[in-house]
Amino acid sequence: MSAVIESHDDHHHGPAKGLTRWLFTTNHKDIGTLYLWFSFAMFLIGGAMALVIRAELFQPGMQIVEPEFYNQMLTLHGLIMVFGAVMPAFVGLANWLVPMMVGAPDMALPRMNNLSFWILPFAFLMMLSSLFMEGGAPNFGWTFYAPLSTTYAPPSVTFFIFSVHILGASSIMGAINVIVTIMNMRAPGMTLMKMPLFVWSWLITAYLLIAVMPVLAGAVTMMLMDIHFGTSFFNAAGGGDPVLFQHIFWFFGHPEVYIMILPAFGIVSHIISTFSRKELFGYSSMVWAMVSIAILSFVVWAHHMFTVGMPLAAELFFMWATMLIAVPTGVKVFNWVATMFRGSITYETPMLFAIAFVVLFTIGGFSGLMLAITPADFQYHDTYFVVAHFHYVLVPGAIFSIMAAVYYWLPKWCGNMYDERLGRLHFWLSFIGVNVTFFPQHFIGLAGMPRRIPDYALQFADWNMVSTVGAFLFGASQILFLFIVVRTVMGGKKATPEVWEGAQGLEWTVDSPPPYHTFSTPPEVK
Amino acid sequence: MFNIRSTFISSFTIFLGLILSQSAFAEWNALNMTEGVTDISREVFGLHMFIFWIVVAIGVLVFGVMFYSMYAHTKKKNPEPASFHENTKLEILWTVIPFVILISMAVPATNTLQKMYADEEGDINIQVVGYQWKWEYKYLEDGVNFFSNLTTDQDEIYNQTPKGEHYLLEVDEPVVIPTGKRIRFLITANDVIHSWWVPDFAIKQDAIPGFINTAWTIVDEPGIYRGQCTELCGKNHGFMPVVVRAVTPEDYDLWVAEKKQAAFELAQLTEKDWTMEELVAKGEGVYQMNCVACHQVNGAGIPGIFPALAGSDIVLNNKPRNVEILMEGVQGAAMQSFANQLSEVDMAAVITYTRRAWGNDAKGDGEIVVPKEIVEYKENKIKI
Repeated sequence: MSAVIESHDDHHHGPAKGLTRWLFTTNHKDIGTLYLWFSFAMFLIGGAMALVIRAELFQPGMQIVEPEFYNQMLTLHGLIMVFGAVMPAFVGLANWLVPMMVGAPDMALPRMNNLSFWILPFAFLMMLSSLFMEGGAPNFGWTFYAPLSTTYAPPSVTFFIFSVHILGASSIMGAINVIVTIMNMRAPGMTLMKMPLFVWSWLITAYLLIAVMPVLAGAVTMMLMDIHFGTSFFNAAGGGDPVLFQHIFWFFGHPEVYIMILPAFGIVSHIISTFSRKELFGYSSMVWAMVSIAILSFVVWAHHMFTVGMPLAAELFFMWATMLIAVPTGVKVFNWVATMFRGSITYETPMLFAIAFVVLFTIGGFSGLMLAITPADFQYHDTYFVVAHFHYVLVPGAIFSIMAAVYYWLPKWCGNMYDERLGRLHFWLSFIGVNVTFFPQHFIGLAGMPRRIPDYALQFADWNMVSTVGAFLFGASQILFLFIVVRTVMGGKKATPEVWEGAQGLEWTVDSPPPYHTFSTPPEVK
Repeated sequence: MFNIRSTFISSFTIFLGLILSQSAFAEWNALNMTEGVTDISREVFGLHMFIFWIVVAIGVLVFGVMFYSMYAHTKKKNPEPASFHENTKLEILWTVIPFVILISMAVPATNTLQKMYADEEGDINIQVVGYQWKWEYKYLEDGVNFFSNLTTDQDEIYNQTPKGEHYLLEVDEPVVIPTGKRIRFLITANDVIHSWWVPDFAIKQDAIPGFINTAWTIVDEPGIYRGQCTELCGKNHGFMPVVVRAVTPEDYDLWVAEKKQAAFELAQLTEKDWTMEELVAKGEGVYQMNCVACHQVNGAGIPGIFPALAGSDIVLNNKPRNVEILMEGVQGAAMQSFANQLSEVDMAAVITYTRRAWGNDAKGDGEIVVPKEIVEYKENKIKI
């Protein structure tokens, strides 16, 4: 097998040298690397903005920034973390892993792959440049509710709309690529129900992306029309409907939430199975749980809007439908626990992150179930309880799964083992930081602190202070993560092809690091 | 490894303890939702606690099994992993049981929601209108009408003076309601979406331009109940509290009579001959309350968003347009009409103030506006 690959390399050029390797590359591994580094850069920028927010909230009163700039920070923090950090990180992982996991030589559409990455930096440059424009950056929250984001928006909103269009185009291209690759390029013998779960999770995610990114594009186009071409889609004075915006936004927004968590389900399933040295419990129920979650995600959007004044029938429908999501999500958690049960467990860094994912994501799920209960949601809605909820599913959820994936596959990607002691230190710092940051936010939310305010009443002071301390700890420990990854890429103990005892899947059958082109001849899957 | 970690944890704990002991506000018990003061709010609280204990129980069970196997099934203690990987009975069981638990939650939730939606005409109907960044209350039966502004001083917000007990949760005119009567709120907005929240009543309704949402309550105990705007509505979203004062029906009637008398006296004031000094002095207060948020204390505005008043050509030399902008607002911009928010006296005073302050008096015509001119403006508009 490896002999075949080497002779293949002799005929073709390896990676090009210098900058052009990265600019013109059509290699899924290079593009995966680009996506991952880009998302890490965005993670640091968005994180710095979060620290501005937390620093301002350290004590009551205005100390560091003005309310106007505070609103710009919270808007850009949300947009950058969702579209710049989490989504590109998952696309990067898909690029690296999907072809290797299904035994394909590359992504099906390599040139489109290059394009879908390289438009991203421009979109974010444009979005960030709005900070320096007259009137400042977008200041209406990442949910950009009209008419605050139309009639009352700063002029930079037009650049924001253009950049969202580019992000959407990039995501749709990435999703098409994943679907075509998975559907057409699986190794002989790999039926759908034999695919690794990460591949399954990305297949479902890609369909969600294709379904909802055009809806987002529609929403921002209607905004553009309202702002520049005199329409009144969302302007009540012109006969429009501000609530319509929220329906359209959340029809995109709720599946988007699952776009940010489904690949995490895939990753965690691989890692828990490997380090428990036991086959994943309930493979097919895992697949069906993900499919059900994806389908349900299209009929629950209005649970973000319980307070807009919908009729009783609509409130009841969306409450019941939302509660239903707990069933497939529960199945997944039970399956992970059952996989660990009577396994033979070791606690390397990826496993630590994966276990923390299961526990903390489940806590986020619990608060999600509480939020689904409409009468109680009237009290929770738009308070820090909601902030705590979605940060629990996104930070120790999506972000922890990405970190787990990096520790798990990094030795495969670069051929070197990371420093286990430092990895564990990074885990513990992140774990403590994340909980100190977000757990107290449940308290201040229940006690009545609204979200998205730059200053607060005195009874919320103590827990806000704790939360800020946690946020700086979490932020600082990501510098350690950067250090660990750079050091591992530069050198270290050589990794074997298997890397982990008991790891299953085609990616572990090739060398570490894998040759520039893998599986030019498809492997046989039994 | 263990040493690094424990050293770190202990130093972190000490650090945390240090800052927290500095903290002046001992509110560690601000942990849970308020029970509130109405039947509905107590029911919502009960629902919240019911669901909370259910998820705690599920958590203890699931994490219990997980932590047990993390402890007992390590490679050291269990070198040979088991090989089972599916069990149809178990999988059906843990699909069906959660479903049953969900139904037990959905039934009481549905009941409570139906009660909250049993909306009918109130004994007293109050229209609540959200503005950037204040609330207006209109009593539909009693004809009382006023705006409710934050009264927390800028110096408190910018840490120049100590913060008072109700920092950011205090207003010049709370909305007053009688106890024991059914109050219905008709909630809407004038510019962007706001949300009117009083935790003690378990009412949170979005105030949306072009829509009227309703909510109702019956409050048994007199008292002052505080809440905030809960939908991001621009720069001063954090600075538009809701304060409700519940009083006995007798006190409520007295209050209505007082408000009517005050309105009558205010109308009388427009007849008075105002001097420039009186108008500037009064106008400065009006400006601080209504204008500084956008146009700033020094009248310089915020470039690109809120225009400057200091040195503005309209403020310097174009009195008719100056009056018109305040009375009508500016279409498509954040500047709203203040015709209903300010009395004729306040309107004249604040325009006069802006035409005399920040050196504007020296640069422009410096003409003042007296309350009668505002009255005339309104009368002319009616004729047209």
